[in-house]
Amino acid sequence: MTVTPLTSRRNAARARLRAREGVIELLLRACAFGAVAGLVLIVLFVFKEAWPIVADPEVQKESSLRGYFATPLWQPVGAVPKYGLMPLLTGTLKVVLIALVFAVPLAVLAAVYSAEFAPARVRETLKPVIELLAGIPSVVMGFFALMVLASWLQALTGAAMRLNALTAGIALGLGILPTIFTVSEDALRSVPRSFREASLGLGATPWQTAWHVSLPAASAGVAAGCLLGLARAVGETMIVLMASGNAAIHSASPFDSVRTLAASIAAELAEVVVGSPHYATLFFLGALLFSVTFVINLVAGLFVGRLRKRLAGT
Amino acid sequence: MTSIGLPVVAPIARARRRLDLAGRTFTALSGFASLLIVLMVAVIVGEIAWNGWATVSWEFLAGAPREGMTKGGIFPAIYGTVLLVVLMIVALIPFGVGAAVWLHLYARQDAWFTKAVRFAVHNLAGVPSIVFGLFGLGFFIQFVGRGMDRAMGLDVMWGQPALLWAALTLALLNLPVVIVTTEEALGTVAREQREASLALGATRWQTVRHVLLPQALPGMLTGAILAVARGAGEVAPILFTGAAYYLPFLPKAPTDQFMELGYHVFVLATQSPDVDATRPLLYGTVLVLLVLTFLLNLTAVLLRARLRARLLGKG
Repeated sequence: MTVTPLTSRRNAARARLRAREGVIELLLRACAFGAVAGLVLIVLFVFKEAWPIVADPEVQKESSLRGYFATPLWQPVGAVPKYGLMPLLTGTLKVVLIALVFAVPLAVLAAVYSAEFAPARVRETLKPVIELLAGIPSVVMGFFALMVLASWLQALTGAAMRLNALTAGIALGLGILPTIFTVSEDALRSVPRSFREASLGLGATPWQTAWHVSLPAASAGVAAGCLLGLARAVGETMIVLMASGNAAIHSASPFDSVRTLAASIAAELAEVVVGSPHYATLFFLGALLFSVTFVINLVAGLFVGRLRKRLAGT
Repeated sequence: MTSIGLPVVAPIARARRRLDLAGRTFTALSGFASLLIVLMVAVIVGEIAWNGWATVSWEFLAGAPREGMTKGGIFPAIYGTVLLVVLMIVALIPFGVGAAVWLHLYARQDAWFTKAVRFAVHNLAGVPSIVFGLFGLGFFIQFVGRGMDRAMGLDVMWGQPALLWAALTLALLNLPVVIVTTEEALGTVAREQREASLALGATRWQTVRHVLLPQALPGMLTGAILAVARGAGEVAPILFTGAAYYLPFLPKAPTDQFMELGYHVFVLATQSPDVDATRPLLYGTVLVLLVLTFLLNLTAVLLRARLRARLLGKG
């Protein structure tokens, strides 16, 4: 059989097209790989810069894992630098707890209202307002806490320090409120209508339906929302940096200034010498923050999976 | 009937009254929480608008800071922010859209690599922004930048905080936003159209270029705008990767440092020697930043609403 020139040219064109398709698919795959590479590189480089803490004897003379818990003081720039993590850990815990106590009830109640009780028009106002809140940059929230909220709270509580854990915690709570609200509301609204109709049909009141049917059905989603809020609160930097006073005081009082892990990194890294014990310590704090938020996000992901399964299985 | 009815009815009525009270309290409380949130947002926005309004003028927007940043304007910060965000978008969009297209159309959903990509996207979104700052310093500046300097025999050119490194750090931070919104947008394109294109003999890429991407454009724009809004507001990732306290000149090269609106707010609020003198400038800067991010977010919300409406119209 002889091949006419026309078909051979067509075959060549088809081969070129196929080759081009292959190259494009490879390029697209490379883009997708970029996301994986990004995450791996973050882990690699943050942990790499913190590595001297466990591996370099020179660095370990000044700061080591044991030293982090042996000293109760965080004084990285003194004549004898002290890197005690306890004040930072308790400080972070304190601010995050205040933020959660402030934000979780408000956000979850508002989510229940929006998903269960609110007339359509009210919900159409509430949701954009919360998106507006979510869109406020954290540096602006920090500014508001520093300039306005701190004075109001001081007048209210009579605290000696204007910038303290309470101020930072409430501002932080405002920052994480949209996350908790949005995830909880999504979960509540994904509860099948038949659940509610069955409950109302049996004579339950709307609030009984919300409390005994919708909320339990969506509980995994609400929990996921709270966990995502928690992860954000632990890692949030600018709000706390501006509103907490940044003194590493080891105390339980909400009216004392606090210094958190994230704020310490932001406040100190610009002045340290690259490769110094202080530098490695700050990267260690970063590695710690990364690990904690990573685990919280994983657990939140499990909860979301459970919610989907529960709502799909029935 | 009444003889046995009365004693039973009374407790039920009492229980119902109690129930009603608890129910009303619960409902009212949830409504009150919503109202409180709305009020707090109104107070924050109102306070900033009220105090910042008087400062914002043409001179403020177009002028440079003067007299130790107690007078003058914020033009260098606006300029730096725009430059930063433009560079970020240029680096981000091809990668983000490419990854989303691959995930949506090319990937086998049960393959381990696809799962790894989804896992990475999901978890990248949860990494604290300050950790991105550390990463930018450790990877882009110390590793890539220093490496480039050594390779080219330069003293210090790339291995220092710069516009380019800050933009790349922010691009990685926003990668999940763009991937997720683009994939969502691709999902709104009707399956029949995709299949019709393939059935007519178009290749996969031709289908993507001429059918999927044009239709998914509003959704992709949403993602890009959200990324811009976030990029303009995030300060923690650029603290050590390129933002400058004050610069007497505008950045010209990608290796220059830059002033940025969010960082400028931070500097004015916390580092100023004379708080009362800087207060009007501070409120003005915050207002500009807030209006900028609100307008961007609003545009994204409206675009997304249109997209959803189209999707519902089809369903």
